[in-house]
Amino acid sequence: MSKPIRRSTFVGARAYSLAFSVSLGLLLAQAVQAEPITLTVALAANPQMETAAKLIDNFYAKYPDIKVKFQTLPENQLRPTVLKDVATKSGQFDVVMIGAYEVPLWAQKGWITNLSKEFVAKDTEWKSDDLLTPIRDLVSYKGDMFATPFYGSSSFMFYRKDLFQKAGLNMPEQPTWDQVADFAAKLDDKSKNISGICLRGIPGWGQSLAPLTTVINTFGGRWFDEKWEPQLSSPKSKEAINFYVKLLKEHGQQDAAKDGWQECLQLFTQGKTAMWYDDTVFAGPVIDQANAEVKNNVGFALAPIKEKPGSGWLWAWGLSIPTTSKHQDAAWKLVAWLTSQEYIKLAGEKAGWGTVPPGSRQSTYKLSAYEAATKDYADLTLKSINAANPLKPTVDPVPYTGVQYVTIPEFEQIGDFTSQQLAGAISGQMSADDAIKASETKIKEIMEDAGYIK
Amino acid sequence: MNRRRSSIIDPLLTVLTWVGTLVMFTPIAWMILTSFKTEEDAVSYPPKLFFSPTLDHYRRIFENDFASFATVSILVTVISTAIVIVLAVPAAFALTVRPVPKWRDVLFFFISTKMMPIAAGIVPIYLVARAFDLLNTSTVLVIVYTSMNLPLAIWMIRSFMVEIPRDVFDAVAVDGAGRIREMVQIIVPLIKPGLASTALLCAIFAWNEFFLAVNLTTTVSTLPVFLQKFLSFGKLYTAQVAAVATLINIPVVIAGWLAQKSLTRGLTFGAVK
Amino acid sequence: MRMKIMTSISLPDRSRATRPSGRLAKGWWDRLPLLPALVFVILVTQLPFVITLYYSLQRWNLVSTNAPRFVWFRNFVNAATDATFLKAVVNTGVMTFSIVVASVLVGGLLAAGLNREFRGRTIARTLAITPFFIMPVAAALFWKTGIFDPTFGILGWITDEIGIGRINWISQYPKLTIIIITTWQWSAFALLILLAGMQSFPTEVAEAAEVDGASRLYVFRRLMLPHLRPFIELTGLLVAMYVLENFAAIAILTNGGPAYSTTNLSYYVYLEAFSAFDLGRASAFGMISLAIAMALTIPMLRVVSGIFKEGGRA
Repeated sequence: MSKPIRRSTFVGARAYSLAFSVSLGLLLAQAVQAEPITLTVALAANPQMETAAKLIDNFYAKYPDIKVKFQTLPENQLRPTVLKDVATKSGQFDVVMIGAYEVPLWAQKGWITNLSKEFVAKDTEWKSDDLLTPIRDLVSYKGDMFATPFYGSSSFMFYRKDLFQKAGLNMPEQPTWDQVADFAAKLDDKSKNISGICLRGIPGWGQSLAPLTTVINTFGGRWFDEKWEPQLSSPKSKEAINFYVKLLKEHGQQDAAKDGWQECLQLFTQGKTAMWYDDTVFAGPVIDQANAEVKNNVGFALAPIKEKPGSGWLWAWGLSIPTTSKHQDAAWKLVAWLTSQEYIKLAGEKAGWGTVPPGSRQSTYKLSAYEAATKDYADLTLKSINAANPLKPTVDPVPYTGVQYVTIPEFEQIGDFTSQQLAGAISGQMSADDAIKASETKIKEIMEDAGYIK
Repeated sequence: MNRRRSSIIDPLLTVLTWVGTLVMFTPIAWMILTSFKTEEDAVSYPPKLFFSPTLDHYRRIFENDFASFATVSILVTVISTAIVIVLAVPAAFALTVRPVPKWRDVLFFFISTKMMPIAAGIVPIYLVARAFDLLNTSTVLVIVYTSMNLPLAIWMIRSFMVEIPRDVFDAVAVDGAGRIREMVQIIVPLIKPGLASTALLCAIFAWNEFFLAVNLTTTVSTLPVFLQKFLSFGKLYTAQVAAVATLINIPVVIAGWLAQKSLTRGLTFGAVK
Repeated sequence: MRMKIMTSISLPDRSRATRPSGRLAKGWWDRLPLLPALVFVILVTQLPFVITLYYSLQRWNLVSTNAPRFVWFRNFVNAATDATFLKAVVNTGVMTFSIVVASVLVGGLLAAGLNREFRGRTIARTLAITPFFIMPVAAALFWKTGIFDPTFGILGWITDEIGIGRINWISQYPKLTIIIITTWQWSAFALLILLAGMQSFPTEVAEAAEVDGASRLYVFRRLMLPHLRPFIELTGLLVAMYVLENFAAIAILTNGGPAYSTTNLSYYVYLEAFSAFDLGRASAFGMISLAIAMALTIPMLRVVSGIFKEGGRA
């Protein structure tokens, strides 16, 4: 008997609470409309982004109804943080900064918004024709942009003009790896604690594998053949890896297996190495942070080659909007502003031309103030970017895209493992050949497991 | 003391002890010294013992969100430690003063959870935290730090309670209401120094914890996560890190120095009086 | 009756016997204070393992284009054939064992030195225990450039000055590097406990023995060491408990390398979960490390219970 009564009171209570929550919802909805939209933005902690955070007031002046919350993270943490967020659809971020490697993969998974379709076509104020073509392609998937390039970069050689002069050496604009090895041998000065060259050695696919892969590419090697069979042990890849390891062991910086670009940057700016092969974006910071002895003696040259010309890598940090973001339009406004001509001009004038995001727009390189500030390396940067071809990165044909990485989801795992073995070879715990062998076995396993090869 | 041989050996042992002590302390002294150098001096060769000191790095500590990370650190440490103590005192009470049946098994259960690697549970902890929308919050850190420190705290507090003479309790009635009074009014005051050293140790572990912090939080996080960011700014960071490290370690070190005695007593689980 | 047992309250059997039987409510009153802590610990530390077990039977990679699916024990089979995983198990064992032994040795020697009367003893003790209070991340960051780095660090300069050249610590002796920095912190902790143990040694016994003509060494070996045994065991247990999960030093100094030579189980699970995003495999690794930890735990628990029996504590 008591049951129906109970149920009806229960239903009544439900109906009441429903009505209550609806009215509360309406109230809230009104409140939200009146309140400014707050965008949560995940960014890499680098000098260019620090500038962006400082200049945000100019964005507020333009769009007073949008507020921005920056969450700056170190690169190595940005990747997992953002990935965890979008992959599990947590929806914490409205704008995320992601690398060129992620853009096509995430676009394919439907994690990020198709910007070409949704915004770029309609927004005539945001000049998409002005973008550097290779960089625009890099943040696109099947012809549509899924990110706007915040900056684009390639790799080139930093060297010390004074040390070269003293040794009677001359760095050509386009050196070969054989020449570089020769220079490194001559400039290596153990008594003064100056190494011939600094190269990344620390494990991580985004660390040591980036320069190594460009060496593999220019030596005529490749990661996979057209049937996805691993090719690290093919003669040319093997030669390249052995070359890299040998160069680093004999004339590289001390304790190289612990160094990434961070440590090389320190070593170069403190005059502890004669050459450094790394990302073009560090040109500004190098000059900025160099000690007195180094400051006026920084020279630049194109990425060294062997067989294949134009061996620099190609990278871009892009701004994407996760599909889970509830403020797509506002997010686009921010993304467009941060990658606009207007912003670049503003950053140059307010924060100094050395910290302007490079490599994204052609117009940047036509600004006279920028040209004056970056004359030592701007041309080489452009040249390197334009020479790199992520669609055809190697001498022999490959089934993948990407210059210094392979655009497949498994590459993180493959790269982490291989770079660990590489560090083992650099530190002398194993031979380069053993490192290659161990890596290839593992790569094969991963590729079989993922169904690329049977 | 009738030690005849000590005339030669003793000074020698003293010297050796001092050498050992200084070896232990040198890295810290070097860190403090480095914090007053410019970045360039910090990496100069040969290392500079004499230099013109600068306070620049201390002035610049508050750049890069130091304040917000420090706030989270303090908050998480204080709250988790407080919860640990509030939960551990009654638990220790139930295992000591008025022991439940099989109290020994319960005690060993607690300490055994401490021996399970946190890494083994990090994936579900992460996913559960996400399900409750707790990622990147101080709440999730408070929860995991509480569970991390609770077993040790129960063991330590128990060891202090064991030493309370039995007759102290005889005056108190043992009905339910009296029990709370017994705990709060009689036992807690008696083991105050013990509670303080337990709290200090829990606070140190929470303050220093890195694995859970780095995996569960990013921007709303504690100081270890903040510090590790210096690696990736691509600037010289040695002196700046030294300055931050010196500053954030000062409170812990001083508290540790002051509590040396009771800390040891708690850590030996009461085996030393 | 009461008068006689007033010196100690740790007599649970007797107190249980005096309790009137059959009064359930009373039993629950006894258990109540325990419950919050027990429930909390079970929820936060035990529940995850049940969930881990479920995930460990799945093939689930966050970045892969394949949807998660049930694969039974394949992740475990893979783990058994994964050379890196086996390496991580060995590394965990080697590093944990070395750190525990080294910490007890260094801490013990320092304690022996400090357990004597000399001027400035309090200062010395205070300085020697300080490393324990330093945040591991801060220590690792500073040691990386300030101390270990062969170009910038003070150790590079010292070894160069004394003629053994600059040592590439992290490349050449990665495990030793991790062991050194971790031992540095935990030997200070060992010092705290062992010194307390030595100070609780009755001096009259030692003096009496010396009067009888016993040598100092004899007193130390035959009287002090047996007295210290439970303290040494306790130190070893506590240090092992924390060092088993050594993470900060590895993440900051070596990234687990080179060639995974410093990757321990915690770090490998972390790599698998948050770098490769293979949550299924990571869970399986987690389960296995749990099993290993349990295998180590049981003998350790015996040791602890031994400590308290001998000490008459429980």
